[in-house]
Amino acid sequence: MRQGYQSWVFSTKPVIAAAAAIGGPFEAQGPLAEDFDTLHGHLMIGQDSWEKAERVLLEEACDKAIEKASLTKEQIQFMLAGDLMNQSISANFSARTLAIPFLGIFGACSTSMEGLAMAAQLVDSQAADYVLAATSSHNAAAEKQYRYPTEYGSQKPPTAQWTVTGAGAAVVAHQGSGPRIQSATIGRIVDMGMSDPFNMGAAMAPAALATLEAHFRDLQLPHDHYDLVVTGDLGKVGHSILSELLPKHNVHIPLERYVDCGMLIYGDNPKVWSGGSGCGCCATVTYGHLLRRMTAGEWKRMLVVATGALLSPISYQQGESIPCIAHAVAIEAEQL
Amino acid sequence: MTFLWAFLVGGTICLIGQFLIDVVKLTPAHTMSALVVAGAVLDGVGLYDPLIKFAGAGATVPITSFGNALVHGAMAEAEKHGLAGIITGIFEVTSAGISAAIVFGFFTALLFRPKG
Repeated sequence: MRQGYQSWVFSTKPVIAAAAAIGGPFEAQGPLAEDFDTLHGHLMIGQDSWEKAERVLLEEACDKAIEKASLTKEQIQFMLAGDLMNQSISANFSARTLAIPFLGIFGACSTSMEGLAMAAQLVDSQAADYVLAATSSHNAAAEKQYRYPTEYGSQKPPTAQWTVTGAGAAVVAHQGSGPRIQSATIGRIVDMGMSDPFNMGAAMAPAALATLEAHFRDLQLPHDHYDLVVTGDLGKVGHSILSELLPKHNVHIPLERYVDCGMLIYGDNPKVWSGGSGCGCCATVTYGHLLRRMTAGEWKRMLVVATGALLSPISYQQGESIPCIAHAVAIEAEQL
Repeated sequence: MTFLWAFLVGGTICLIGQFLIDVVKLTPAHTMSALVVAGAVLDGVGLYDPLIKFAGAGATVPITSFGNALVHGAMAEAEKHGLAGIITGIFEVTSAGISAAIVFGFFTALLFRPKG
């Protein structure tokens, strides 16, 4: 049911019956390695191209999530998935393999929560009993498409981010045990005129702010309602910008409860510049690390705000600014 | 002293390149092209040869020297064959470098089958 201008409150509280996170070799060296279901030792994952490797990641995440939910893929009624590749080939080709009725979505790095919000809406409105929401990204495939050939070894500034090699999937169910999806806020596009693709954290921070403002306004919740507020991939740069913007806009989220997936996934590794990014960043950290910690009782309510920079290599080459978006999904622990 | 000047001049050219990437926000490809054109223009006004004489490898190793070589080839041919020489001579001096890039690029691709 819609509440306020742009939020949904799910009266049936759809359940995240299971979630899975698959990662690559670099993620395996990070501080969250323990929270992945499967980690791969090589970027190629036994395939002959980066794109095929990404597809394997996504298929594995979907299979694993379905398996952990003790379901078969025939029982999943709809699959919502997207990725960063042109024409969303990773999602489309994975859906070909899985043969589940499929809706392709694109929200760049916000795809994880875009998919989860829509899956919850489908289940809440009784349009489905089980919906799979999934997304993926691959470091080398994204570099090749968005930036320079990997062999070229182009320099990057400290504001740049490292695309996560990984995939995350969640099975949303009408009943069962697991964390529950309480509400979601669909973001508007925010474009502050920034055009530097090597500083996407700064470009996306205002979009995250707009969605957070809308969420608390629509749901009329106190700003300290959540034990954890987490943004998708703002990185160190975007995290510090948003931390400054929030109090200025009278959103008084206790800043010690605000974290960013892009900072969590690789810790303080200077090799990743400002932090992790990509569809797989928010997806693997949320579906791996955060949900596990929630199940372990570390926090009861969290708000995941996945941020996306909706640029294309062509729009960037033509000097266009970067439209950004953020979608928020509120997740509660099973036992409050 | 020769080494010092080579280091300082070569280093300054590279510093300008880094500046173009970090401050002017040019892409690496635009930066490279800008330095090639700068080398060509400097040679056109007769300044690059004195710089090579002064700094040696400091001026011949950076990419600016490629622009210098393009102009040298074109001018030399133009003297012999007139206007058409500008076109035929432009790669006269640099053909070794360009051919080597193509030939070695081909063999490298054969061996390593790049995917990126």
